[in-house]
Amino acid sequence: MTAFVDFHGVWLAYNDELLARQQFAVEDISLQAAEGAFIAIVGPSGCGKSTFMKLTTGLKMPSRGSIRIGGAPVTGPLKISGMAFQAPSLLPWRTTVDNVLLPLEIVEPYRSQFKARRDEFRERACRLLRTVGLAGYEDQFPWQLSGGMQQRASICRALVHEPKMLLLDEPFGALDAFTREELWCTLRDLHAAQRFNVILVTHDLRESVFLADTVYVMSRSPGRIVVRREIDLPRPRDLELTYSTHFTDIVHELRGHIGAMRQPSAKPTGEAAAARVAP
Amino acid sequence: MNKALERWAPLILLLITLALWQLICSAFKVSDFIFPSPWRIVEQAWEHRWTILGHAWRTYWVTMVGFAIAIAVGVLLGFLMGSSRLAYSAMYPLMTGFNALPKAAFVPILVVWFGIGAGPAVLTAFLISFFPIMVNIATGLATLEPELEDVLRVLGARRWDVLVKVGLPRSMPYFFASLKVAITLAFVGTTVSEMTAANEGIGYLLISAGSSMQMGLAFAGLVAVGAMAMGMYELFSVVERRTTGWAHRGSNAT
Repeated sequence: MTAFVDFHGVWLAYNDELLARQQFAVEDISLQAAEGAFIAIVGPSGCGKSTFMKLTTGLKMPSRGSIRIGGAPVTGPLKISGMAFQAPSLLPWRTTVDNVLLPLEIVEPYRSQFKARRDEFRERACRLLRTVGLAGYEDQFPWQLSGGMQQRASICRALVHEPKMLLLDEPFGALDAFTREELWCTLRDLHAAQRFNVILVTHDLRESVFLADTVYVMSRSPGRIVVRREIDLPRPRDLELTYSTHFTDIVHELRGHIGAMRQPSAKPTGEAAAARVAP
Repeated sequence: MNKALERWAPLILLLITLALWQLICSAFKVSDFIFPSPWRIVEQAWEHRWTILGHAWRTYWVTMVGFAIAIAVGVLLGFLMGSSRLAYSAMYPLMTGFNALPKAAFVPILVVWFGIGAGPAVLTAFLISFFPIMVNIATGLATLEPELEDVLRVLGARRWDVLVKVGLPRSMPYFFASLKVAITLAFVGTTVSEMTAANEGIGYLLISAGSSMQMGLAFAGLVAVGAMAMGMYELFSVVERRTTGWAHRGSNAT
């Protein structure tokens, strides 16, 4: 079986100068995810999680190693992906539904059909908004929505062109705990219904364990994958699960890995970090 | 009740100021040749209403021509600066230096090039007012959220797409804010230029009224420029609220 997302020994230095000094933002990243898999990447701030996003979408090319998505090597911006970030970054002069429609005005083949099929596309965007609980807010402006609702709209925008891969960079980081848990469920249901690949970058361990099939823990400067942990909790998962002992044990275990990294004495050097990488 | 007070506050303040002014002039018997009272200014303005109107019209259209050029050039240069980092770093220091020059100093040069008349006044109005427009457009374009740009670039957006879909609408509030500043500056430019290089316009009226000691008329001329600038300012405020209400949601939230 070939993996849908396939990183093979990927290193990235942001520019030639850093490359010459052998300073890499991420080092020796290898990971595979099957089609439709949900993976989460956790780690402390500055561990190269966002760099990882840029590599996956083809906004950055690796300095060494290779990345293959969907069987083909990544050579430039990858249009089969949708992205959402911690800030919803909706355009305040567009209504919610027009914000969701924005990718369709840009990405081919929708771009050239946009004028002719506008109503159909609008209907699609509205349907998507309904599935995340934003029915009735289509024609409101983003600033009339709460933070959680804006983030829902932002995720709709990432999904409207039916990408095969959804990249989320701490998408729930700015929300309160209850809204966050609601949105976990929204994301869980969207993923269950549409089976796109998800790469979720977060520093919330409960979030990663609740949502993902596989969690990767990254170390800080240089960014390396320290631990790979399969989450064997059965799907569909319910929020109740997050209070079970098994769930807490996994979170605790991951927390242990991150705690070990943060001990000044145990600061991982390249070799030590490499030695801890699980097969 | 508070809303109504807020609305009428400028007018009330103006009336109080005028009343005080009149009171002081009458109480201390200040000579009209030194400092005319408001009543005297009104009298003179009425007496010379056609002269003032003629000069005001001239100043108005000259300013509008200069301002139109300023919008065209300012938007163009701002677009260039905002969309290209290289252009930004190359032009910004030069433009700042240029903006620091007193525009009145250009008038003699412009007279040599274009002669006495509308030419120097139009160009002075343009020179003094394009800078804020340019800077505001450039700032609006250059301060895009990097995340949003990533979202669009992944989708295969070209630079042009990002500029048109996001950059330009985003810079509209900056643009209208700059128009309000620039229009008042443009009137300053025209008037200053007319004072030395024209036989028509409010600037010319000020100089000739001053030299014949008609202080009431000179003040009436000032009032005319002020009224025109305020009128245009209000016009752009209305246009701004109509077109970019989303950026001012704090003040007129529903």
